[in-house]
This record gives sequence, structure tokens and C-alpha cells, in this order.
Amino acid sequence: MHEFQYTKAGDVGQAVTSVSPNGAKFVAGGTTLIDLMKLEVERPKLLVDINGLPLDRIEPDGGGLKIGALVRNSDLAHDEQVQRLYPVLSQALLSGASPQLRNMATTGGNLLQRTRCYYFRDVNYACNKRNPGSGCSAMEGYNRIHAVLGTSSHCIATHPSDMAVAMMALGATIFVTGPKGDRSIPITKFYLLPGTTPDRENVLAAGEIITHVTLPPPAQNAKSHYLKRRDRASYEFALASAAVIVELDGRKIRKAQVAMGGVGTIPWRSPEAEHELTGAEASERNFRRAAEAALRGAKAHKDNGFKIELAKRTLVRALQTVTQA
Amino acid sequence: MKENSPDESPETKKSDSSTKPPSQLSRRTFLGNIATVGIATTAAPLLQVGELDAQQVHQPATDVAEAPATSAGTVPVTLKINGQTKNLQIEPRVTLLDALRENLALFGTKKGCDHGQCGACTVHVNGRRVNSCLTFAIMHQGDEITTVEGLAINGQLHPVQAAFLEHDAFQCGYCTSGQIMSAVALLKEPCGKDDDAIRECMSGNICRCGAYTNIVAAVRSVRSGA
Repeated sequence: MHEFQYTKAGDVGQAVTSVSPNGAKFVAGGTTLIDLMKLEVERPKLLVDINGLPLDRIEPDGGGLKIGALVRNSDLAHDEQVQRLYPVLSQALLSGASPQLRNMATTGGNLLQRTRCYYFRDVNYACNKRNPGSGCSAMEGYNRIHAVLGTSSHCIATHPSDMAVAMMALGATIFVTGPKGDRSIPITKFYLLPGTTPDRENVLAAGEIITHVTLPPPAQNAKSHYLKRRDRASYEFALASAAVIVELDGRKIRKAQVAMGGVGTIPWRSPEAEHELTGAEASERNFRRAAEAALRGAKAHKDNGFKIELAKRTLVRALQTVTQA
Repeated sequence: MKENSPDESPETKKSDSSTKPPSQLSRRTFLGNIATVGIATTAAPLLQVGELDAQQVHQPATDVAEAPATSAGTVPVTLKINGQTKNLQIEPRVTLLDALRENLALFGTKKGCDHGQCGACTVHVNGRRVNSCLTFAIMHQGDEITTVEGLAINGQLHPVQAAFLEHDAFQCGYCTSGQIMSAVALLKEPCGKDDDAIRECMSGNICRCGAYTNIVAAVRSVRSGA
């Protein structure tokens, strides 16, 4: 690991100022950053420790919820309000990583989690995300875990977060502050598709820090569910996952919010599936139709073709579960 | 277990016997030696900071902690470990795991994958279990850190430690301290009652020997007060 300097920020303003030099990075839970520093994928010159900032509270917010950027994944998952109002979020969090990692990982950090693409994590390989213009080793390499949605000829790496998939379905808003002041970004506008610039993963500007995330008030009779499919029973990244929030009127779907994980280059909201479901009867045939719509644009590579059918079945199963009487 | 310590490589044993009697040359002395000649490239960076030589390793931890700075990039770091305050002079890049093992001679916490994938390095920070390999020591000034060495009180094993012995919840033992630290933390966490819940709550600790059946039995017995 390369040498770096360390400073601990006392308040948000100081954190933003401290991170301004080139090569400076925030560190919170450290579960992604320190891992990647050991691999020399990340080589910060200065680490600004933000763990002392007062951003670790979960508070009611006009019928919704305001979640501080430093709220640990385990605290968020076990929060009574989250479990009652947004079970999809609690389930997504608890399906990710391990208890130890969830005690460390934060809400802000999880939104910015980096891909598990083997070639991104190994500096001996070409990777457009890590080293723009160097090429993509995954394209012709072993790409079983890679994305089928939102890919480009420059990058097929998946976004690994479960939490972000649930927040994508819930329609969260991300609040940031930076050298130019405060702004809020709907999560659906936060992530950037790889396109020709896979190194740019989100719309955060240099020096900006996530302060909190808000969740809109849940609909009265909405039900939600997160289903994750992976290579082992626990402590593994998703091959495919689905976050679904459904409002039923009898057996008719009044409204559906659908996002998918493990298959997209970003946490994948599916307006196509939502369109198929809205106003439709809650039936397996309609769920299948929604799943077909969600994966219509999917593009398989050598080893990950199985994900397309797996993702469809995962979505159908999640919808069956959430619409059960 | 000491004689067949799982992190003692065959090479180490061979060299021990070919140079000095085992009683005079410890595994750690050997590792220190090979680090200085650049064979153990992964160990080398760790040994440059808060430098430990063989003699320091065998001294009480307080003396080790007061070892003078040997690298320009070091900074003073104060940690509270198992109730004791330790003053270190280390680089910011020293993980909590390496500070425990390489600077404080607390070898109970194990280095497995060093990437948060195995759980061998599990310790408690302010009562919560974390992977000590994925956090820097300097980030934990003022925190209460507990390692497996801090579980027993006046020589009395923690009930989880006793249960691991009772249920033979290990084979090689390398993952055991991490398993025990996880199990102790689990007792205070929201975790379902059945064995599936125990497996899920213990899923952050990998056991290559596959001693899971007995690990689950040990955890179950402590939770039920048996």
C-alpha cells in the first residue's frame, strides 16, 4: 500500500476544505476504499476521516425518513422505522456483505461502492474504469458476474450494492454539499451509465460529500420485498436481485416500483417493468411479461447469458412474494 | 496447538531446525529475518513501521508500544485495547489488524484474506464486531478495542470460548479467534433463534476446515444457556 497522509475532519465544512487537494479522498467505513488501496487500485495521497461528523442519525422526515450518510448498514437495517416502513431496504441491507462489514459500511459509502469486476480490481489488467482508454479485459475475459443491462463497448462491470437497488426502487434523494454549496439529486439521476467514460460513475463533483439520503413517505398499503440470488447462501454479491414495491387494489396493481441488482452497470430501475405492471392483474403471466420488458434490452457476453433468465425469474418470484395475500 | 500452529508454514519449521534449536528461534523471528532480506515481500512493509525485532516481540506489550519511531512517515497513535492504553508510533497506513499483531504482539487476531472476505481478523470496536483488516489503526483513537485476548477475565474463559472447547468447534484453529469474537458479538445482536439464523449471523467467518456443525452447536449452547 502506498503512503498517505491522514487528517480527521471536525465538521462538514472542514471535510470539504480538507479534501480539495488532488489525490485526497474521504474515508468512512473504509470497507471498499481500504480494500482497493491494498490492491493499489486506489492510491490516495491524503485520507480525510469523516467518521467524527454528526451525520449518523436516522430521523423522521415529513412522513418519510432522513438517513445520515454515516449511518452504518447494520443500524439502518435494524432500525424500527426502516423495518416497518421500508422492509425492502432492511432486507437488501441484510442480504449484503457480513455482520462485521455491515457494522463498518456506511450509507454514503455504500452508494459509492466500487465494482467487483476482477479486472478492475487487478492493476495488471486493462480497465477503462480504472485507467481510462486502456481497454476492457472483461469484454473477452471471464465475465460470468458482469452486467447485461446498461453496458457499453467500454465497460460491462456491475454495480455491487444491494442497498442502492432498494433505494433506487424507493426513489430516494441524495443530498450533497461541496465547494459550490448544497444540492439534492434524485437517485435515478445519480449514477452514470459507463458509455465512453466508465471512470465517471456518478454525478458527484470534486470535493462534494454526501450528507444524507431521504426516502419519500411510503404509500398506505404498499408492500415491498427484496430478493437476491447468488452463488452461496450468504456473504456473496448478487448474480441477480430484485427490489419491488407494489400497491394493490384487490388483485389489481395500482402502482409498482421495480429495481434490479447484479445485472446492471448501475442499480437498475425498470420503468418498462413498472409500465407493464401498472393497472395489471397480479398474476404470474403479468409478472413474466414485466420481467420480459425489464430485460428486453439485455446484452449477454460469453459467460453471463444465464443472468438474463435468472433476473427474469428473480423478478417474477419477488413480485409473487410481495403480492401474496 | 502451539506446536502445530496453522500459520506456521512448513518452510518456517524447516529453517528453524536447520539454523537454531526451535526453542531459540521463533516463527516470528524467522519472519522478521526473511522480511529484512526481502523474501516476504508482503510482510516487509508492515515491519518497517513501529519496527519490532525478535526481542521486542517477546517483551511485554507496553514496552513494544513505546518503541521509538523508525520511519519518517510515522505518527503517534494511542489505542485502548482490552482496557489498556497503548501508545504507538506508526504510519497511517497500518491497519488495526497489523497494529495488533505487528506492533502490540497480540497474535490472537489472525490475518486470513486481509480483504474483509474471511473474518479471521474480527475484533470488537466499541462492542461491535468489525474486520480489523479493513480499517486503519489511526482511525480508532479513543475507541474501546477488544481482541480475543481480552475475553477471559482473571483466567476464566468467556462462555463462548468454553463452548468452543466443549463442542470441539474447530479443527486447525486459524479461524477460531475470529469465530469466537463474532459469536460473542452475536449474543447482543438482533439474530433469530434457530440454527439457520446462527449460520446467517456467523456467515462473515469462513472456516476452511468446515467445522461449521460444531461451531453452530457451540453458539447454540451459549445462547440457550446450556
